[in-house]
Amino acid sequence: MSVVSRVEMTVNGVVCEAEVEPRTLLVYFLRETLGLTGTNVGCDTSSCGACTVLVDGESVKSCTMLAVRADGHEITTIEGMAAADGTFHPLQEAFHRNHGLQCGYCTPGMIMAAASFLAENPSPTEEEVREALKGNLCRCTGYQNIVESILDAAAQMSGATEGP
Amino acid sequence: MIPAPFDYARAESVEHAIEFLSSNEDAKVIAGGQSLLPLMRLRLARPSMLVDVSRIGELSYIREDGDRVAIGAGTRHRDVANSELLRDACPIVSYTATEIGDPQIRHVGTIGGSCAHADPASDMPAVLLALGAELVVRGAGDTSRIVAAEDFFKGLFEPDLAPNEVLTEVRVPETSGGWSYVKFRRRANDWAIVAAAVLAGRSGGTAVALTNMGNRPLRASGVEEALAAGADPTTAARRAPEGTSPPSDVFGSAEYRRELAKVIVRRALEEAMSR
Repeated sequence: MSVVSRVEMTVNGVVCEAEVEPRTLLVYFLRETLGLTGTNVGCDTSSCGACTVLVDGESVKSCTMLAVRADGHEITTIEGMAAADGTFHPLQEAFHRNHGLQCGYCTPGMIMAAASFLAENPSPTEEEVREALKGNLCRCTGYQNIVESILDAAAQMSGATEGP
Repeated sequence: MIPAPFDYARAESVEHAIEFLSSNEDAKVIAGGQSLLPLMRLRLARPSMLVDVSRIGELSYIREDGDRVAIGAGTRHRDVANSELLRDACPIVSYTATEIGDPQIRHVGTIGGSCAHADPASDMPAVLLALGAELVVRGAGDTSRIVAAEDFFKGLFEPDLAPNEVLTEVRVPETSGGWSYVKFRRRANDWAIVAAAVLAGRSGGTAVALTNMGNRPLRASGVEEALAAGADPTTAARRAPEGTSPPSDVFGSAEYRRELAKVIVRRALEEAMSR
């Protein structure tokens, strides 16, 4: 019987190991065990996407994944987006430049969802960006500046000579 | 909220999963968990053990098998949506996968998990019903059976699956005629309030199936009959509510759903016939 309660995963490039109950959700593992509180819990129904992180580069709602399931995988949270010297990722820069947030609660999720999306579709239309944000809710902004931010980031990222 | 406590076992093969299921009462399979975990977080489901099948690589595939396309139960919605093979051979399936949930859900959720969960508001079961698809179920002692979609989805969260059986494959026919899946909801990532799947130009006549008009996906047989007798889409669509028992909930009353079904079926018929 392979009952697993020890997990080891790479989070923002750092190998992390811990003992977890099987019922521990990835979002609480990140927030409470690892202290990475940038990822937020915004609902109880897997709707809002504020908990979105990347698992092996793909967006996942970390409130709807068990930490034991993430064992052995690579996780990227909002804390892992800026460069080592603190330089903002183009997405963070674009959200800042385009005022793509008000309270900021949905923002980490929006940025992680966008990062996953732009990796698959580097030059999206506005419509495609809106479709891609289906899994992310915002109560403040009405989405307009979020979409502008992502389109701006896409332009910056595909125009850059070096990858993000 | 967080789930109630449970034991966790990682299955390395289908046989291994069946062993766990056979020796643990109240054990449940978890694949992507995108339907199961939300229920567990609300404590509407409290399995004593989860048998994780997500690392069984042999459950994830899309391949031709005679005149069918065989899709492994562990195939993620994202891969179903992006499959060139399905886009050619059975486009209603690859399209419907794009309508499921949202990108995050599609990165993790699986076609087998969605079917085995048997939520009547799920999209793919109605499509499989309209297609006359088959589902492959494996049990203890290396047994295997093939279940028609119309028999597999028995009721509310009630698939034709014994507690120690595992759904391993979904088999869809190749289609060549017009098709459509129209999903009505108010917010982008809501479940369907009502949805309709249509397959036109088939030898047995046009097939129409409904999502969320009962405790399981339903064929709109009144509509199919009317079409076979030569009715136009608008006229035929008026028979959409026949034989259905839609729920009343926060998204709409049963009466609202009955009216909505007529509109959604008409739109789906028109779209399918224009392809």
